[in-house]
Amino acid sequence: MKWELVCGLEVHVEMNTRTKIFCGCTTEFGGAPNTHVCPVCTGQPGALPVLNRQVVENAMMTGLALGCDITRLTRFDRKNYFYPDLPKAYQISQLYAPICTKGGIEVETEEGEKKFIRLHEIHMEEDAGKLVHDPWTESTLCDYNRCGVPLMEIVTEPDFRSAHEVIGFLTQLRSTLQFLGVSDCKMQEGSIRADLNISVRPAGSEKLGTRTEMKNMNSFKAIARAIDTEARRQIEVLESGKKVVQETRRWDDNKDASFAMRSKENAQDYRYFPEPDLPPVYIDERWLEKVKESLPELADAKRVRYREQYKLTEHDIGILCQSARLCRLLEELVALGTEPKEAANWILGEVLRLCKEAGVDAADLQLDAGKLAHIIALLGEGKLTRAAAKQTLEAVFAENVDVDAFIREKGLLVERDAGAVAAAVEQVLRDNPDAVEKFRAGNEKVYGFLTGQCMKLLRGKADPKDVNAALREALAK
Amino acid sequence: MNYTQSTALELARAIREGKVTSPELVQAAKARIEAVDGDIHAMTALDWDAAMRRAEEIQARIDKGEDVGPLAGVPMAIKDNICMRGLPAACGSKMLLDFDPPYDATAVGKLLDAGAVIVGHTNMDEFAMGSTTETSFHGATHNPWDLGKTPGGSSGGSAAAVAACELPCALGSDTGGSIRQPASFCGVTGFKPTYGAVSRYGLIAYASSLDQIGPLARDAADCAAIYDVIHGKDVHDATTVDSVCGALEALDGDVRRLRVGVPEEYFAEGLDEDVRARVLEAAETLKSLGAQVETFSLGMVKYAVPAYYILACAEASSNLSRFDGIKYGYRADEAEDIVSLMCKSRTEGFGKEVRRRILLGTFVLSSGYYDAYYVKALKVKALIKQAFDAAFEKYDVILSPAAPTTALGIGQSLSDPLKMYLGDIYTVSVNLAGLPAVTFPCGFDRDGMPVGAQLIGAAHADKTVLRAADAFQRATEFHKMTKGGAL
Repeated sequence: MKWELVCGLEVHVEMNTRTKIFCGCTTEFGGAPNTHVCPVCTGQPGALPVLNRQVVENAMMTGLALGCDITRLTRFDRKNYFYPDLPKAYQISQLYAPICTKGGIEVETEEGEKKFIRLHEIHMEEDAGKLVHDPWTESTLCDYNRCGVPLMEIVTEPDFRSAHEVIGFLTQLRSTLQFLGVSDCKMQEGSIRADLNISVRPAGSEKLGTRTEMKNMNSFKAIARAIDTEARRQIEVLESGKKVVQETRRWDDNKDASFAMRSKENAQDYRYFPEPDLPPVYIDERWLEKVKESLPELADAKRVRYREQYKLTEHDIGILCQSARLCRLLEELVALGTEPKEAANWILGEVLRLCKEAGVDAADLQLDAGKLAHIIALLGEGKLTRAAAKQTLEAVFAENVDVDAFIREKGLLVERDAGAVAAAVEQVLRDNPDAVEKFRAGNEKVYGFLTGQCMKLLRGKADPKDVNAALREALAK
Repeated sequence: MNYTQSTALELARAIREGKVTSPELVQAAKARIEAVDGDIHAMTALDWDAAMRRAEEIQARIDKGEDVGPLAGVPMAIKDNICMRGLPAACGSKMLLDFDPPYDATAVGKLLDAGAVIVGHTNMDEFAMGSTTETSFHGATHNPWDLGKTPGGSSGGSAAAVAACELPCALGSDTGGSIRQPASFCGVTGFKPTYGAVSRYGLIAYASSLDQIGPLARDAADCAAIYDVIHGKDVHDATTVDSVCGALEALDGDVRRLRVGVPEEYFAEGLDEDVRARVLEAAETLKSLGAQVETFSLGMVKYAVPAYYILACAEASSNLSRFDGIKYGYRADEAEDIVSLMCKSRTEGFGKEVRRRILLGTFVLSSGYYDAYYVKALKVKALIKQAFDAAFEKYDVILSPAAPTTALGIGQSLSDPLKMYLGDIYTVSVNLAGLPAVTFPCGFDRDGMPVGAQLIGAAHADKTVLRAADAFQRATEFHKMTKGGAL
């Protein structure tokens, strides 16, 4: 019997707005427990939510970028349930009128064919807090810093038929969200989480099988493993004549297996009703137009532009367009006058190398584009050697030094003193007659030694090109 | 001048004119409360030290010639469900007995900016659920006119405190009549502003789409003055709207050509004879002042109470879910796990009426019943608003009784909750439609208990409603009566 996998996703994305969805607390990750809180996000008696406009605009941008219909009169609803990480004992979410419907993302199937994955909806909601289990006191502690962080829930139709498609979808979704600037999408920090709805059915059947929900995958690889493992598990169950139990399962990446959490048969009744503390949000033509106009350029459009306008290679484009941060750096450098190819070389070469060595993700790169542009310009004017330029960049990356001050302090400015160069060359040839002999006899290797000696005499403060030219000239005599 | 019998505006003027100081007023209030509140039990939390310090501070600024505000130095109280730092806001409940709010309600902040001296909290039905102030965990409040009777509810403490001359005024809250009904039972004036006129930030929520904070005082002028201070759009409350200003200024006593509608459905069966008589007499008084009074038919009246209880209980069941024993408030002693901790805390922390309404509300929101009850009630709410909108095309204000009876005996109501709910007939539709309404004394029944009349206005006609009540009070003396005689 041939089986077919049917899978849908519920992706939760934490928005990186400065403040929370219903109050002015910071959304910054980390921070001592219960320090990014206020009466509103801790559900104090008498506190009320007030909607953060930027959250709505971020959701609108996401919907527009993914081809969704934007719901013009969108409302919030209360989802009621009791849990210690939910201070009000209800989550303000959207059920009846989510801000976006339809839309989707095109992916490639395993066979390389194009396929459109449809979205069911996108809605806004608030995140809950974090429960920390303390084994020493056998108690559970509540940290409400995360309460009220704005979330977008992106729900797909059950259109996926393979883990490959799911990973392709998530990769593109992440890229879109990063290029829009609405989320940094770091799975390891929890700013993007995916729950899977998985079922199997005989290939060719139209009827959907019983599905299970899978949670707790912390990486794209874990998601792929979870899908394949669960599909296999369900097939085994069905082939042995039993029925698949509708339940929520928790993926354990260390054990490469999943375990049942709670039975969805006794699904909770959330008693959804419209949130009376928040008036409906009316999105008029003007607001929609303004958001449309402010949509940033996405990866695909950049690929085309980098190819046609900047004339970069496919290889360079491929790497650059994986990171919104690197694209931003490239465009900032070009805007400051750096030649695109040169800018790309520096980013893909030195900058990425420094990131890797420091263990810094490109997305978290802290680098002043102005300073890098200045270094590249000085190099172009011959005022810095390439080695000195790299050294300066390292210092800017590590300590954000002032470029001119650093160059002055370390004496890195190239001295174009033709006389000094000529004198150095003369001296080196005088002091090393054997090497000169060897060179004249045809030994090219000793040339390196001679240039090295010249640079040593000049204390490195000469343009290697000048030394090279002078030396060649002297040796030719 | 007997300062415990003056209005807030009179006291504010007396302070400005140097005739009395704020600390003297606080002292007088303290003496009065200590003398009578043992029997009446209107007050719950009191902090005389803080109040005196504040009075001295305000007085010092006044003495320097500073214009501190329209209510500068006047002592008053706020209902037990309104948050102010330093005073435990218990909501009349075991659940929040020692709850010390970490912030001030917006309305409180505005009162403080106006120079008011808030001395403490007034008693209320638990979580504002009730019409008699008998469900309070602090114990019942007694009606100053007859200690064997209730002061009404849920703002019974505020009404009783003013009626007993303990304080010139107090803030209450009104979800289904909780300011207006106790005001009428205690012979004082109570005002519920248009929904959205006063911020609910800091008002511990009962029913979010119906709650409003409002004043109880000796007359409509004081209510207007307090409204002027506490109203206004608030960044902390998304349901606030631009509201009318200058209510006090608009009190010109002129009701000529005011069109008063009297709904015949409100004067049918079930209305006490004396109440009917007094309210109709009030209609005559308004007529004699130049108003045009006419009876008419108001639709949807019989659906108001069921729609109200469905919507209010539904919202309350959700608003009260946060009281789970985890973050603040009462936490049960022994529990094996998180579920039993929450269950025990809520079962032990909430009183019977609160638990009844939470269960009712949970039921009407539950899957399978949501459409039949909650959605239906929302539709009825919209129809009730439409019925009032139609009425306000022909009339400026609508006159009705505040309640079908005068104050009931303590212990008489709680055993028949449905009958108690039906007593809200005249007040709940006002909250459902989001309209402004004032109740004011218009006479007494055969037992000498106060009767209250209600004037309802169109949305944002707060000034019209207060002006009409004020005009009535310029021509009558009912609002100057206390148990101890005329003021």
